[in-house]
Amino acid sequence: MTTRTAEQATAGLGAAGPPPGAARRAAATAWLQTYGVYAGVAVLLIFNTAFTDHFLSAENFRTQAVQVAPILIVALGMALAIGTEGIDLSVGSVMALSTSLIALYLGYGPWLALLVAIVGGIAVGVLNGSLVAFIGVQPIVATLALMVGAKGLALVLLPQLRDVRDEGMRSLGSGDLLGVPYPALIALALVLVVGFTVRRTTFGRQLLAIGDSRPAAELAGLPVRRVLICVYVCSGVLAATAGFLATARLGASDPTALGNLMELSAITAVVVGGTSLAGGRVRIAGTVAGAVLIQLLTATLIKHDLPPSWTQMAQAAVIVLAVYAARERGKR
Amino acid sequence: MLAVRGLTKRFPGVLALDDVDFTLRPGEVHALIGENGAGKSTLIKVLTGVYRPDEGELLHHGEPAAFATPLAAQGAGISTIYQEVNLVPLMSVARNLHLGREPLNRFRLIDFARMHREAADTLREYGVHTDVRRPLRELGVGAQQMVALARAVSVNARVVVMDEPTSSLEPREVETLFGVIRRLRAAGVAVLYVSHRLDELYAVCDRVTVLRDGRRVHTGPIAELERLELVSLMLGRDIGEVRAEGATRFGADHSAGREPVLDAAGLTVPHKLHEVSLAVRPGEVVGLGGLLGSGRTETVKAIAGALPLAAGRVTVAGRPLRTGSTAAAIGAGISLLPEDRKSEGIWPGLSVRENIALAILPRLSRAGLVSESRIDAIVDTFVRRLRIKASSPRQPVGELSGGNQQKVLLARWLAAEPKVLLLDEPTRGIDVGAKAEVQKLIDELAEGGLGVVLISSDLEELIEGSDRVVVLRDGAVVEELAGDDVTEDRLMRAIASAAEEAAHTGPRAGPDEPGGGTAVPAESGVPGRPPAGERDTGPARTGSAHEKRSREGGRS
Repeated sequence: MTTRTAEQATAGLGAAGPPPGAARRAAATAWLQTYGVYAGVAVLLIFNTAFTDHFLSAENFRTQAVQVAPILIVALGMALAIGTEGIDLSVGSVMALSTSLIALYLGYGPWLALLVAIVGGIAVGVLNGSLVAFIGVQPIVATLALMVGAKGLALVLLPQLRDVRDEGMRSLGSGDLLGVPYPALIALALVLVVGFTVRRTTFGRQLLAIGDSRPAAELAGLPVRRVLICVYVCSGVLAATAGFLATARLGASDPTALGNLMELSAITAVVVGGTSLAGGRVRIAGTVAGAVLIQLLTATLIKHDLPPSWTQMAQAAVIVLAVYAARERGKR
Repeated sequence: MLAVRGLTKRFPGVLALDDVDFTLRPGEVHALIGENGAGKSTLIKVLTGVYRPDEGELLHHGEPAAFATPLAAQGAGISTIYQEVNLVPLMSVARNLHLGREPLNRFRLIDFARMHREAADTLREYGVHTDVRRPLRELGVGAQQMVALARAVSVNARVVVMDEPTSSLEPREVETLFGVIRRLRAAGVAVLYVSHRLDELYAVCDRVTVLRDGRRVHTGPIAELERLELVSLMLGRDIGEVRAEGATRFGADHSAGREPVLDAAGLTVPHKLHEVSLAVRPGEVVGLGGLLGSGRTETVKAIAGALPLAAGRVTVAGRPLRTGSTAAAIGAGISLLPEDRKSEGIWPGLSVRENIALAILPRLSRAGLVSESRIDAIVDTFVRRLRIKASSPRQPVGELSGGNQQKVLLARWLAAEPKVLLLDEPTRGIDVGAKAEVQKLIDELAEGGLGVVLISSDLEELIEGSDRVVVLRDGAVVEELAGDDVTEDRLMRAIASAAEEAAHTGPRAGPDEPGGGTAVPAESGVPGRPPAGERDTGPARTGSAHEKRSREGGRS
């Protein structure tokens, strides 16, 4: 009975709103959900400025920007999937598949290698999307299958690490334009493209409608299946691109390690950025901040000589906080 | 028993209740009515401990009381039954009934035999005859509501608050509910009864309190109040005006001798519809009568492409429609206002603006880019035309009242410029004012040349609103009433004869309701098995057609 009435209170049935105490708390969590991630980034920036050596150097910012690029790009695709009340667990494996394909096709130049990698991402996306849209498999299960499958394929194609010998590829990972590293520029461009897509295109609006209520979307004649497939294809393409950039930066293709746990980082970035797992909303700016937050958190812990396991625990704490903030604003 | 004095409750920007006095006496059934936003919900929530008053006091047995939580109110013998069922669907009926106070055996374990026996006995009094070991969700919505009621009452309640308890019940169940209410009254229990259905209030209530804009405008015996007076009190409109325009807002018939704009023939959906045919002329309102589960909802859903057909064809304005695709139906000019507004109609988290524009987005876009100005223009037009009350077009629809949500949906479908409007319970669960507006709008639309199919469980609405009524039973057409035959009496008899026969077919497993026993999952695409003879009666659309509709994509 109590949960039910609480739901009613938050649902604000009739003219009534929640009682003042709860209203204040709800407002606080709403604030936390929307702006908490920016506050977190600010806190980490201030902390590092004060306590970390060489933090405020151009070189450090470049490093951070290069490292955050793949997480951010993958998180963009994840945000789309989560916006439809779905999820894409296969992104890390798509990165691995991407790096394997690049190693095999780099002989034809980096751009063709990228193209092949993207085709791989599209293929995985089509499979994910078809399972979700046509067969009606739950996204978490469908993409879990592809997560295992794509990783397996990546390892079949390239069983062990191979160095990148292509100079063009290496310069993509390390070069810059006016001091901004290429990976960061590409990530930024993709942020703008995805942000524009979500806000201004029919596809973006329909995606949110499907996430908010799929039955309503079907009855309203929206192209539900087409949109769902497109969403997973986008996610696959973005993950493949991230794999390309990561390969360029590392100067090596290593499908055993590349992309590992990337799905978790991406989900964290999206959720911490205020996108509700219940679907119907995509916050691109928040997702960017979420990715930056994770990167800064990792960097901070590393620079203060804490073991990587601490990073994971810190990430866990951030997720719990984000989910707590999202709790009261969840779906009715 | 339970009273408030000088109750005032404020919310940011709203005075929800303004100096309200209200007394609930033992052994009375007290009706609480008012339009949405009049303060009913707030008053109930104060009485049941969800909210605390800003000013004024709450008296319980004459003593000032303050319920800190709904649980405290329950402890004091105040039970609440909400519109929607609040139970555990996967647990057995008996477990639900006894949740939290299961009978125990000497090992402190649940005594299932006793629990099942007691549960069956209790539910029989409520007209629910079922195997209490079955999961609750297998019951119809009405039966679930009865279980919720039985549960609420059996906690030794002295005060029972019922918030629109009949919104998902069928007439027979409403009678059972009234029986229960009368027994509660005889036992000295105070019942607070909230409903938009005036018939019910007169049938079962002793006194009535009318709220309007947060103020109490009337309290008194309901028998002394004429229906029209009640409506005028609620709306704050003059009696003469109400009388002149009728209790519902439907005007004259709009017969038109033109060719049918919608012609559906031989619609067959396995286990749900059997050769249902229906024709609607421009300017005509065709009512669909019948009980819950008679196939009304399935008929309109099949026409709108939301149910795959095993057989049958649909023609819109002379053109054959590719069935089994909602996008194709919308493109051809068919719009469906679904019965379940909350889960199939609105996008609760999206704004009023998006809710109106999304279904026709391709028309408001160029090369896949949305034109904000065109959306604004259309949203603006409909918000004004339908008088949608929202703080701004950006307000999430989930926050609006039921009536305004329904208007938003109507706006969505009118924006699609339909030729045929299928309305499934368009006025269910919305307040009297909005109801009148919606009814009037239906009338205007028909006059404007739209073909309308109207489903309503409100007989008055069905009769006054329809030019013709097609009565369904068990998924087949049993009778068609037209002209002077469209009367309450004839309709009741047509439905009643249907009900008599339906009563012999065992427990109600209405196709109208998800979870009904015989229901075939609508999503699965129903891999065929149409009766052999029907394969040739029309383009058989099964799973594949259902799947095609997503690829079909937007409308032309």
